[in-house]
Amino acid sequence: MTGAAPEPVLVARGLRKNYGAVQVLAGVDLTVARGEVACLIGPSGGGKSTLLRCLNFLERPSGGTISIFGEMLCQDDGAGVHIAPERILRRARSRMPMVFQHFNLFSHRTVLQNVMEGPVTVLGLDRDAAIERARSLLRDVGMADREDHYPDQISGGQKQRVAIARALAMAPSVILFDEPTSALDPQLVKGILGVINDLAQQGITMLIVTHEMKFARDVADRVHFCDGGRIVESGCPDDIFQRPRSARLADFVRSIHE
Amino acid sequence: MYRFFFREVPEYFPFLLQGAWITLLLSLVSMACGLAVGLAVALGRLSPYRAVRWPLDAYVELWRDTPLIVQLLFIYFTLPEFGLTLPAFWAGVMGLSLNLAAYLSEVFRAAIAAIDPGQRQAALSLGMSRASIYRRVVLPQMFRATLPTVGGYFISLLKDCSLVSFISVNELLRHANIVIADTFDSMNTYIMVGFIYFVMSFGSARLIGLLERRLTPRHQRRGAMIPSDPKGIAA
Repeated sequence: MTGAAPEPVLVARGLRKNYGAVQVLAGVDLTVARGEVACLIGPSGGGKSTLLRCLNFLERPSGGTISIFGEMLCQDDGAGVHIAPERILRRARSRMPMVFQHFNLFSHRTVLQNVMEGPVTVLGLDRDAAIERARSLLRDVGMADREDHYPDQISGGQKQRVAIARALAMAPSVILFDEPTSALDPQLVKGILGVINDLAQQGITMLIVTHEMKFARDVADRVHFCDGGRIVESGCPDDIFQRPRSARLADFVRSIHE
Repeated sequence: MYRFFFREVPEYFPFLLQGAWITLLLSLVSMACGLAVGLAVALGRLSPYRAVRWPLDAYVELWRDTPLIVQLLFIYFTLPEFGLTLPAFWAGVMGLSLNLAAYLSEVFRAAIAAIDPGQRQAALSLGMSRASIYRRVVLPQMFRATLPTVGGYFISLLKDCSLVSFISVNELLRHANIVIADTFDSMNTYIMVGFIYFVMSFGSARLIGLLERRLTPRHQRRGAMIPSDPKGIAA
């Protein structure tokens, strides 16, 4: 799709995650390049969300390496994982904010304050600049007229627009989406996918866990099929959906067409 | 027939007000200490380290499961045996605030646990530090949610202060007993004492109500219309 190999924003190698004896990630290799829209698809319980949460260290990886923006944040010397100190992780997280399935807006803050929170407390922007940035982003996601509303006054689709604006306010290098439309009614899904599509057109790097196969096919540069705690197959959407190489992906593609 | 005090203000009324002032002061200082200790204990009890949690759990149980009056008597009369002698007022503050903190820590702990963990994750994912997550996301919601309960504890504290008359703090009830010893007019004195307690408690309740109202967004206030779209279904 692109000519010269673009620099990787996010690289995971042999990433493992166990909860006690249960292995959720069994050695994931994943690379996301700058400007790329990558979709993670696969059956429920395959480890997609856990992978996303390990990448920004909301979950502590059990093994493997993660490097983000060229900086090694998680190393594995065979004896155990070495994770960068919290201060370094915070800086990395601020460059790859996450959009959640259940929006997770701050319920005691207005729409505008939700979007301002990161710029003010993390980036150290002054109030006026943060307000200006927040207003402009709320305009972009179609929420300009709701800036004084509280999260319990707006719909799910509107909450997700605000959550996306909140992530964008960090001027991120990559945005992680964890099933951003799964908690929405079908008629609202389209609007959110439209917003994400707009971001893709602007060249924003995104890693999106999704069950919206048509969306993945239309918007993604690369699709990763995740099952059994591994990335089973990666490729451009056409290859993944038209010419699956593995039996598991073929089954999965067939099941979503039924 | 009995002559009620309403015809004229008795000469000892200012003396009772003096006691009421000490009661109020004692309540405010104990509340401030109780809030600080209660919050610290609540946060400590959410710690992942058992060595931190266990002693705090023990403290909460010990103080909730013994009577306040016994705690006050212990602090005032027994602690000096161990070398800690406190003036009556401060012994009262210590007893009242440690007792209050034991209860408040449970209130705070429950309120923190009730805040959707997703909000903390969202704050983490923006790169916020744990300290600023507590300061900006967790504690403001905790305080707003617990304000009515904490206000109730304050009113209760105001009246529990009468117990410190047992350790010779010159608060309202002790002043009343001094008056009665002097005048033998227990009926009028206790009526006045009750009246003063009522005014202080009712006034506090109103103030707490106002504060609660101020801290609640308009649409969430009592009597406000139910949000038109409570489930967030409409586009």
